[in-house]
Amino acid sequence: MGEEARVPIIVLEKVCKFFGQFQALKDIDLVVNKGERVVVCGPSGSGKSTMIRCINRLEEHNNGRIVVNGHELTGNLRDVNAVRREVGMVFQSFNLFPHLRVVDNLMLAQKLVRNRGKAEARERAMHLLERVKIPEQAGKWPSQLSGGQQQRVAIARALCMDPAIMLFDEPTSALDPEMISEVLDVMIDLAQEGMTMVVVTHEMGFARSVADAVVFMDAGEIVESNPPAEFFQNPRNERTRLFLSQILSH
Amino acid sequence: MTFDVFLILNSIPTMIEGLGITLKLLFLSTVIGLALAVVTLLMRLSGHWLLTWPAMFYIYIFRGTPILVQIFIIYHGLPQFEFIREGVLWPLLREPFGCCVVALSLNAGAYVSEILRGGVLGVDRGLHEAGKALGLSTPHRFIYITTPIAVRLAIPAYSNDFISMLKATALASTVTLMDMTGVARTIVAKTFAPYEIFIAAAIVYLCFTWTFQRGFGLLERYMSRYVKKDA
Repeated sequence: MGEEARVPIIVLEKVCKFFGQFQALKDIDLVVNKGERVVVCGPSGSGKSTMIRCINRLEEHNNGRIVVNGHELTGNLRDVNAVRREVGMVFQSFNLFPHLRVVDNLMLAQKLVRNRGKAEARERAMHLLERVKIPEQAGKWPSQLSGGQQQRVAIARALCMDPAIMLFDEPTSALDPEMISEVLDVMIDLAQEGMTMVVVTHEMGFARSVADAVVFMDAGEIVESNPPAEFFQNPRNERTRLFLSQILSH
Repeated sequence: MTFDVFLILNSIPTMIEGLGITLKLLFLSTVIGLALAVVTLLMRLSGHWLLTWPAMFYIYIFRGTPILVQIFIIYHGLPQFEFIREGVLWPLLREPFGCCVVALSLNAGAYVSEILRGGVLGVDRGLHEAGKALGLSTPHRFIYITTPIAVRLAIPAYSNDFISMLKATALASTVTLMDMTGVARTIVAKTFAPYEIFIAAAIVYLCFTWTFQRGFGLLERYMSRYVKKDA
């Protein structure tokens, strides 16, 4: 970002989330500026996914404040879809619509949400399939694609909606090892084009090379948040050190 | 005892005379039943007790009682009431055919709504979330994501119900209707050969069951064209 003014695009203030008695998020404070890439890591059950799912309101937070690109996500949000239009999301399990061909997966929401005509939606879809390097798969069913290809289609599907922010919820965790890099490559391209990204992942190589900040969560709290160089070389918290030693030991 | 194969063959053409009523009962009550099922399903999925309770009550009553009893209540019972005889539905309920269509439709509606609910519940939650994340509204998600997948999941159970309905139409013969079973019973009364005549009726029912099964099989294959086939 350098000299440019930092414009906060996602702000979380003292966000709490309960599932029954269980507190999944405890006073989360997080600011993501426009164009920043934030990687979120931490042990399973630490609240990483819950946190990013609160950003596009797949989960409703109970306390605190969330502002996404100027939209306040209050308890009685009038138009939840106004927020979701700004935010693209990629899931661990791809979640492509199995009954629609690849190109139709990319066109459905464009037609229904963005009110684009068929030709325009198709053009945009093909453009994005080219960007994720699989235009030749446009006419296939999702089930005919490899995991890596499916995840790239899912990324393209989210990008079709021209989001200001992209959320990734463990995008490579369900992939066979040989397919991880093809998905990370697409994400790195996206980062280099200046997309604001929040990525829950354990791909520490990705965190090192593209993240502006690495956030470590444990037991529903943000334990540590630092630029990657600092985060990996000089982790301050004992829990961060333990976690890093566990995932980097092999 | 003697067994007359020719009597079986000869009685089949006569049996076919009842086929019209059998098929009319079947198609009318499955179409009306399907409409009722969709309404009942939407009521159950609404999440509001004012809608879910009546829907569950309706399903409970019609799944919990024999169709024959329902037909008897509607045919013999309802005309006892003056307001029924003076009501708008009287032209329908006066006729045994109308009574059977009403009973079979209400029955199909109750069963099929549960079948469809099974299909809806079988749709992967992740797909709803993907739809939400893309900004699709609840009606849009229901129409473009839930429905096509739920229908595919519901076809095997629905085809089972459709075939049950075919056989349930035979109950219409108990209220004087000349459906296939009704015709069979009159032939039996004339020939005193229940064995052959009912076997002939069974053969015709089996032919139709086979045809419907095959039809639903093809439909299922078409609806599952996007599902990966395991080698």
